[in-house]
Amino acid sequence: MTSIEDYAEIVGEDVVQHLRQLAEPLKGLKIVHVNSTRQGGGVAEILDKLVPLKQDLGLDARWEVITGDEAFFECTKNFHNGLQGKHAPMPDSALKVFESTNERNAEELRKILEEADIVFIHDPQPLPLLQHTPNRKGKWIWRCHIDLSHPYRPMWKYLRRFAIQYDASIFSLADFAQPMSHTQYLIPPSIDPLSDKNKELARSEIEGARNRFDIDPERPTMLQVSRFDRFKDPIGVIRAYRLAKAFAPALQLVLAGGGATDDPEGEVVLAEVREEANSDQDVHILLLPSDAHLTINALQRASDFVMQKSVREGFGLTVTEALWKARPVIGGNCGGIRLQVVNHHTGFLVNTPQGAALRIRHFLQRPEVAKEMGRKGREFVRQNFLITRDLREHLSLMVALIMGDEERIALEMKASA
Amino acid sequence: MAGDNDHAGPFAVKDCALVAIATGRKAQSLTELRHNLQTIHEGCIYYHFWGGLLRPRFDDPQYVNDFAVWCHYSLHDDTLAERLAVVDPTDFEDLEGLRQELIEIIDQRLDELERSTWVPREFQFHFIRSQIVVLDTGVTLEAPEELQEIVPTMPLGSIFYHFIDARRRSLQHTDDFRAWLRGCSENYKPVCDCLAGVDPYFKTLTELREQLADALRRAFQAVGS
Repeated sequence: MTSIEDYAEIVGEDVVQHLRQLAEPLKGLKIVHVNSTRQGGGVAEILDKLVPLKQDLGLDARWEVITGDEAFFECTKNFHNGLQGKHAPMPDSALKVFESTNERNAEELRKILEEADIVFIHDPQPLPLLQHTPNRKGKWIWRCHIDLSHPYRPMWKYLRRFAIQYDASIFSLADFAQPMSHTQYLIPPSIDPLSDKNKELARSEIEGARNRFDIDPERPTMLQVSRFDRFKDPIGVIRAYRLAKAFAPALQLVLAGGGATDDPEGEVVLAEVREEANSDQDVHILLLPSDAHLTINALQRASDFVMQKSVREGFGLTVTEALWKARPVIGGNCGGIRLQVVNHHTGFLVNTPQGAALRIRHFLQRPEVAKEMGRKGREFVRQNFLITRDLREHLSLMVALIMGDEERIALEMKASA
Repeated sequence: MAGDNDHAGPFAVKDCALVAIATGRKAQSLTELRHNLQTIHEGCIYYHFWGGLLRPRFDDPQYVNDFAVWCHYSLHDDTLAERLAVVDPTDFEDLEGLRQELIEIIDQRLDELERSTWVPREFQFHFIRSQIVVLDTGVTLEAPEELQEIVPTMPLGSIFYHFIDARRRSLQHTDDFRAWLRGCSENYKPVCDCLAGVDPYFKTLTELREQLADALRRAFQAVGS
């Protein structure tokens, strides 16, 4: 189990001390996070680390997961797609499933939710829990991890009526915020440098992954790690690979993805990806279990550079992970990728498979450029996108919520020892 | 709010954290930027001038406030970017004065231009404000010479609070270190002069801390402490 002190070596003792001070006025408060999956996807990964670290800081924090059947997750997947801009009409029957599932979950979690001082509801799946908790006493915050910049309007209109009841919301970028009367905080997500996904690995572990998946260490390798989801544009990645391969026949592509329990669309997209790959021996399509963190880590380190050619992206933690491993990223020019891929500094932003192919060729011909971008990327992540920064902003937000809406909040307390 | 350390007593070391807040106000053209500036929460002016130091950014910024950066990268109007970049917020009594100066500069540019340029949606300017949480670290300094020891290991939030944020808080629009040193003794004037030479706008907070530490070490050596 990782302790908050373990991070001092990476971010500095002063940062850890700062976290302890910020946590001080929050001690004794009951803090609850709720989402819809324990494993798979960036939200579960963040909570898996954030909640224990809050506990380690002495906070009474817990993580609850709502449950639902296939129809519920079909519906919420549709929400996910619609909020990211896909035309996604929703039948009334699906909305009934959505609401009744939330009502049942609210019943099951009633005591915990009513007693909580601060509740974080993650993404749209558990959004109606608030209205089914009329005797709540705490502050409720909706944490939206999704790119909400161009939502399918009828869908947002439906969900908005739940969202506006919250005391505050959190978005990853200002572009995602929507007109609502409550305070909308901006907190980019983060990665945990000490997790299996991101910790340093022995050379043998990286070689082991190469051997297991038949990746030739002597040839250039590019990788995209993501769910098999159309917004991640895996088909576009294969097309970019083909265009670049005409100039670099030795190139290998690894598409590594897993399913999440709240993503029923993955299998359909995976089949499309396999069809597009057309049995190319140099395209490695890997369907990995959601807990294959060490494997993902090794694959990222085994790659020369990383792709994240999404067309919509809430934040793109796979970009952060790659940069942390000093791998430059060719990223889709959208959402949170733009916050991390600083064009020509930590990687390249692209809009088309053609643009991606051009940048792939650039990296292959100029490995020294890729290396320098990787170095800059790791430092950029160290300063801005590690979990300690995320934790600091969560703590500051909670302090702000309990202390009032003042622009300047002074905590009159002494440092902990 | 007046400075906390602008008197000759002990120097209380504070730390701070900034939380960014979306206002929902956006600008897609220079005209829209100007209209929003007129009515936007004054906390936005603060955030877009100073907040950059406590949020993700990369390399040395060419332009030292978000308005100038947007004019350069999104509007591609370098004339305006340059004019906005040289605005020193500490020249103004308060944020209202700074707001009026920004509007004045933009109005002048609008007079010069035949039409206001529009930018694509993804390049629009988002007005952001912030809340600042200030913490007492429990550390107090009795003698100015102690600054040499403490500054190199100060949390970055403390550097921001005492060296950047202080310029808005203090009546003299100066940093807390100089305010305290002036209150202690006239003898520290060379140290104050040395600190005045540290320009906070072109560096990350880590680099700024190093530069301050270096400036203090050299200045105290010069005054013979």
